[in-house]
Amino acid sequence: MEKPEILAIINTIFIDVLDNDDIVLTYDTTANDVEDWDSLNHIQLVVAIEKKFKVRFTTQEIQSWDNVGSIVNSVVAKLN
Amino acid sequence: MKVFSQLKKNLKNNFENLKSVKVALLGDTATQLLKQALRGTGYDAGLDLQIWEADFGQIERQVFDTASELYTYQPDIVVIFQSTHKLLGKYNKLQPDQYSNLAEDQLQLINNIYSTITAALTTKVIIYNYPEIDDSVFGNYANKAEQAFLFQLRKLNYQLMVYATQNPDIYLCDISSIQNQVGKAFMFQPSVYISTEMVISIDALPLIASRTIDIISALYSNFKKCLILDLDNTLWGGIIGDDGIENIQIGSLGIGKAFTEFQYWIKKLKNRGIILAVCSKNTEAVAKEAFEKHPDMVLKLADIAAFKINWENKVDNIRQIQSVLNIGFDSMVFLDDNPFERNMVRESIPAITVPELPEDPANYLEYLYSLNLFETVSFSQEDATRTQQYQKEALRNTTQALYTNESDYLKSLNMLSAVHGFNKFNTPRVAQLSQRSNQYNLRTIRYTEGSIEMLINQPDYFSFAFTLEDRFGDNGLISFIILKKESPEILFIDNWVMSCRVLKRGMEDFALNTIVMFAKQSGYTWLQGEYLPTAKNQLVKDHYQQLGFAPDNGYWLLNVNEYNNRLCFINNK
Repeated sequence: MEKPEILAIINTIFIDVLDNDDIVLTYDTTANDVEDWDSLNHIQLVVAIEKKFKVRFTTQEIQSWDNVGSIVNSVVAKLN
Repeated sequence: MKVFSQLKKNLKNNFENLKSVKVALLGDTATQLLKQALRGTGYDAGLDLQIWEADFGQIERQVFDTASELYTYQPDIVVIFQSTHKLLGKYNKLQPDQYSNLAEDQLQLINNIYSTITAALTTKVIIYNYPEIDDSVFGNYANKAEQAFLFQLRKLNYQLMVYATQNPDIYLCDISSIQNQVGKAFMFQPSVYISTEMVISIDALPLIASRTIDIISALYSNFKKCLILDLDNTLWGGIIGDDGIENIQIGSLGIGKAFTEFQYWIKKLKNRGIILAVCSKNTEAVAKEAFEKHPDMVLKLADIAAFKINWENKVDNIRQIQSVLNIGFDSMVFLDDNPFERNMVRESIPAITVPELPEDPANYLEYLYSLNLFETVSFSQEDATRTQQYQKEALRNTTQALYTNESDYLKSLNMLSAVHGFNKFNTPRVAQLSQRSNQYNLRTIRYTEGSIEMLINQPDYFSFAFTLEDRFGDNGLISFIILKKESPEILFIDNWVMSCRVLKRGMEDFALNTIVMFAKQSGYTWLQGEYLPTAKNQLVKDHYQQLGFAPDNGYWLLNVNEYNNRLCFINNK
């Protein structure tokens, strides 16, 4: 799976979990750019992404993410 | 069951017409998502849970400082969630010679928490028990080493149960058994725990919330009282009309075993007080023969309170069962292997619960276990004999048909009633009656065993519990009245509750005669009553008017000095 496709899927997960149709993610999007993307919702996003791609992230991976691009990179690394 | 994100969407719904309940949630780990799951699950159960959440790790501070927000909030229900992880953390810090005291110490803490809360608040306390963590330090030997964590943990879960039996306002929420059902890997996600201090995985939140709401719903009188059963391929394998009684599958062989075990489960429910009814498309004589003659049938005719075996449609049959038993559809569960019948019943009677039984009967039990359909917050001797009560009622109805004159019929029953104040023997049943009765309930105040015990010691309250027996048998405690001294002249009827089993027997006349006599002897002039309407107590709308009370600014008044005893055929026992 290519990065743009993964980004698009993650985008739909954000829309669903945060219940906000207006979210448009780029690789550079950070938590500050998205309303309601707080630590509480973050966990639900992580779990939803893990489920969707059938992967499990390590605690260190999760803590190292600084933007959407790094999430996408983690998914790519797991899938390949 | 809904997943967490669906529950979260519930939060945006309109909670306006739902029953509002104030809940305080105190946990030693992060509970924000649990709070959302509880409120979302509550919505589907018709509850508007107003949840105040303590900051995490603040249980002791909130409880032992009686000036804290917890006490200002005045919750109806307090939920205490102490996690196994924090318990393990405590154990880890102990000196080895202290390991064996862990369970005792924790129980002492819980006792202090419970006593402090209930001394200051009129509230029920829901306590989560401890899902198991085996730290594998002792291996299997943990089972015989008192100092092992697993040993202490299991001891604590057991001691908690014992403790709860002695403290009526404690309700244990058995999240340990949820973990047994779904497995620890589902219940707990280490990475989530490490990064957020949450010990319940997102996937398990709905299960925990649902178990908690089961208790809260039951506390507010929403629970199941009756199980309606299909026969062919539900209670036994095969079709008795086609296959013949000797060929139905039940017993110890093959799939028969699944049906036998299923029947044992149903029998246990009956013994717990669930009323059983049968609704089946069959020839009645053929189907009943199985109950009478098949050696492997666990359920017998005497276990079933009502039979509807015919070729009519099941919706009409269930409506008839409902009218015979006189309980709400929302307290009924219907089990049928046939999806067509299930859908028809579900669509015509939305309030009834119709589980989607699995196709393979081997899975019936495990599936039904997982639903926790038969939550209760009380159990008394009355429960064990409930089926007999309903069968006797049917017998009384048959006898009544023989008498054209109602007085003659009532006289023929030789009714006796024992009247007692509330005491430790009848408290459980009074609490239960107050929770179970929705129709004949004038002010629908629910009392728990704890609140009744408090009431016994209050000098301004006077309580009357009535039993009723007749020549067909003993109905047990079927009515109670609580009077409150309003002024030196006025006694207020705080609540008047009666089981609908004994309607039209003159019980209300007997009860009124009793309390009027008490009021007179104690020097009061007036009895004051009030009717608070609910969706379910239309039956007693005109209760006070019919008993001769006069309307008075929304209340009803009766001058006890001008009262003439009402005619009734019940004698004091």
